[in-house]
Amino acid sequence: MGGSFPRGKCAIAGLATFGVGEAPGFTSMELTARAASLAVEEAGLRIDAIDALFICQPDDFFAGLSFAEYLGLSPRFTDNNRTGGSAFMSHMITAIMMLEAGYIDTALIAYGSNQRTNGGKLATSIKTNAWDAPYKPLFPLSSYALAAARHMHEFGTTREQLAEVAVAARQWANTNPEAFAKGPLSIEDCLASRIISSPISVRDCCLVTDGAAAIVLTRTDRARDMPKTPVPVLGAAAATWWNSIAQATDMTTTAAAESGPRAYNAACVGPSDIQSVQLYDAFTINTILFLEDLGFCPKGEGGRFVSGGTIAPGGSLPVNTNGGGLSYCHPGMYGLFAIIEAARQIRGEAANQQGTVDVALAHGNGGTLSSQATVILGSTATL
Amino acid sequence: MDGVTGGPEAQWRAALADGKFLLQRAVSSGTVFFPPRVMEPGTGDTDLEWIEATGLGIIYSLTWVSQKPPAPPYNVAVVRLDEGAQLMSRVEGVTPETLRIGQRVRAKIATQDDGAAILLFEPAGH
Repeated sequence: MGGSFPRGKCAIAGLATFGVGEAPGFTSMELTARAASLAVEEAGLRIDAIDALFICQPDDFFAGLSFAEYLGLSPRFTDNNRTGGSAFMSHMITAIMMLEAGYIDTALIAYGSNQRTNGGKLATSIKTNAWDAPYKPLFPLSSYALAAARHMHEFGTTREQLAEVAVAARQWANTNPEAFAKGPLSIEDCLASRIISSPISVRDCCLVTDGAAAIVLTRTDRARDMPKTPVPVLGAAAATWWNSIAQATDMTTTAAAESGPRAYNAACVGPSDIQSVQLYDAFTINTILFLEDLGFCPKGEGGRFVSGGTIAPGGSLPVNTNGGGLSYCHPGMYGLFAIIEAARQIRGEAANQQGTVDVALAHGNGGTLSSQATVILGSTATL
Repeated sequence: MDGVTGGPEAQWRAALADGKFLLQRAVSSGTVFFPPRVMEPGTGDTDLEWIEATGLGIIYSLTWVSQKPPAPPYNVAVVRLDEGAQLMSRVEGVTPETLRIGQRVRAKIATQDDGAAILLFEPAGH
């Protein structure tokens, strides 16, 4: 498999979300810094204890520098990698390696966007590459539509099965006070919604919201002396197979089929050990692809797997228990919110708490199914 | 490609403007790839040659993008060429009812509004 990982050596010591849904009047950096402040406070630290910053803002290519300046820090390391919404899982890997090596002591990973109240559209300066652009695919939506169309062609996946994913997410959101999109949503509602880029309709798409999130990472032995019970990181892995979906030789299998097994290997667990699954659901097809690629069902069976409420409240596999990007929040990049819901489940603090959770998975997706990164969190009992 | 300067991308575009659809082949492995590069992806081999594409391939996947009525939807397709390379394009002269995944298509070179050449496809057999 390659690549060693310091299983459980580093842990989430603080976490916070802020401004989820709508936060009128805030800049993206204000939202991010507020979440950061709350996460640092929860860890029992002052902001000047942070010596490494990891960030990826929607509208600022120098976000690491801006964030350092805003917080008044001169960190040993800043990172604003651009793998898309999976960036925060990748940040965790870099931070953990640096913590374990003793290069840094306390890492802050943060994100925030005001894209809903400041325009109401996905805020991105990322463009389709020069080879694809003349054909005007909607970025990034048409790429996911191409994957969904191929999945339907190869495996008989249906729009009803895609709708099951959206309905399950809404059911989780309905009992999460922090979730943005609430109210009844039926399979029929989804099927009747407008097609944007076939087979993807409005209800197959994630939300456009505001929101910010932050986590503090440090070595687990140090985190044990902090106010909150540490959430150790058991394993993590990132994989990149393409940038443009046009270069996918198998469009129905993503690099999650690589990041997942490598993360499981690092964590010494398998899919059957995962008690809480958080998947980056930018579109309904994502959940189906990642359930397959991460080993929760065989390739091609994802559509049938989610049918009948399997991943909804009361189903056999709790997936996206916060409501996901489809109904909880999606401020342009969702990765950090998936990590935080997984950590809240381990802590026993989630709005839709699933009993005692000792092992949870958070999976991030970036670009057009391009970058995949998987993080496995555990309770201190798993060390 | 005598007389053409610039990197592989510029050479490819110059050929397209000349009415030729080229692909690169790695001499050693025989692998044909797209988009054009200065090396074979995965091996780094720089011993490359240009070949003229047959232009034939199949629709690997496709989506129809809705537009504000009365503008009709347009398609975005990923074409798997017979040579093995894959690219994004648009298929002309088809409707959502007639175009399907797996269908054979043939390349054609058209001119965009700005005068630039563009690689498009049409159902094979036309």
